Amino acid sequence: MIPRERHVEYLLRLADSPLVLSHRLSEWCGHGPVLEEDLALANIALDLLGQARLLYQHAAALAGGDASEDRYAYFRGVPEFRNFTMLELPNSGVASAGAADPDYAFTIVRNAMYSAWALELWERLSRSADAGLAAIAAKSLKEARYHLEHASDWTIRFGDGTDASHARAQRALDSLAPYANEWFAADALDDEAAASGLGVDCAALRGPWLVRMRALAEEATLRWPEDSAFLSTGKRGLHGEHLGYLLAEMQSLARAHPEATW
Amino acid sequence: MNAMADPAAAARLETIRAIVGAIPDPEIPVVTLADLGILRDVLIDDGAPLVLLTPTYSGCPATEAIAAQAREALDAAGFADARVRTVLAPAWSTDWIGEDARRKLRDFGIAPPACSAACGARTPPACPRCGSGEVEQVSRWGSTPCKAHYRCLACREPFDYFKPY
Repeated sequence: MIPRERHVEYLLRLADSPLVLSHRLSEWCGHGPVLEEDLALANIALDLLGQARLLYQHAAALAGGDASEDRYAYFRGVPEFRNFTMLELPNSGVASAGAADPDYAFTIVRNAMYSAWALELWERLSRSADAGLAAIAAKSLKEARYHLEHASDWTIRFGDGTDASHARAQRALDSLAPYANEWFAADALDDEAAASGLGVDCAALRGPWLVRMRALAEEATLRWPEDSAFLSTGKRGLHGEHLGYLLAEMQSLARAHPEATW
Repeated sequence: MNAMADPAAAARLETIRAIVGAIPDPEIPVVTLADLGILRDVLIDDGAPLVLLTPTYSGCPATEAIAAQAREALDAAGFADARVRTVLAPAWSTDWIGEDARRKLRDFGIAPPACSAACGARTPPACPRCGSGEVEQVSRWGSTPCKAHYRCLACREPFDYFKPY
């Protein structure tokens, strides 16, 4: 058995990543390169938001007291968020400081990497000892499959496309790959969750994830980047400079009108 | 109380099932909550009727509207004591959409889902208007999260495809 507090912490870690990625994808709404992609990203964002909400609701029920999905999403600060660092990076790319134009290749390659990881994660979590989490995982798995198909199609089109699209997809892959290391590096909470049957052995996801990603890169005529020792720390609450801006925007309405309902 | 042993209670549950089951889907009103498999069960829990609904997609914006409509319909029919609860397991599947509902979707111009996502989401649908299998996908997402947008290459008409889930 895992203590309740740690159980909640693990669920929040699972929830924060789809919430933050959902917000990044929603920034494309009305700005997509073509109408179909505008729709696609808005709908993927909706699915991810829905997954995060289910996880927050589950965590809140377990935590009791005044915990609620809105309190988790809108009234926690940067150090309390446990999302992976990769997902808070601006759509314009790693080194852009968030000021440049959004980059569709970066958005798509990130979605491909995350969806492929999520697929492996949800598949295993659908057998979690926590029946509530297992139910959420079984739903999310169906959605992750479709998200991966979408992102894979575009990764191939970009990689195997023009010189310009190939260069941008390769640059996205090179800059994003080191941020995936965090996904497979277990810390004490991961170990505890895995040992109790609640969570997964996150290091074990790396093999199947790499097989998927290398196959996708090959089909897209992209070079899979060399291994890197870089390790981001978002899931421990130590974030880069971008998350604060993202939360400021996402939380402004709820914080200006804390009792508002809609 | 065991509803099976009490005909009046069993009849009450059947009435509730009929009321909630007949509510049209807010986004695809040609089919009902029963048709789509969103209404999972009606049972007696803790001495009162309990309606179990399941969401389609995690992020489906209609989920809350559906629960609110069920609540409203129950209140209007005098079942104020009935509760509505959302259940997630087993996860909703388009395999639960029955033959009758598939026909209704097709008549409405929406190609029904071929089979569940597990058996291959890439199986192309047949055109709901002319029946041709010569179709192409225009957009992976259509007018709602659960549909993709297609075009028939035979009759040239655009149509929605209810995606396997």
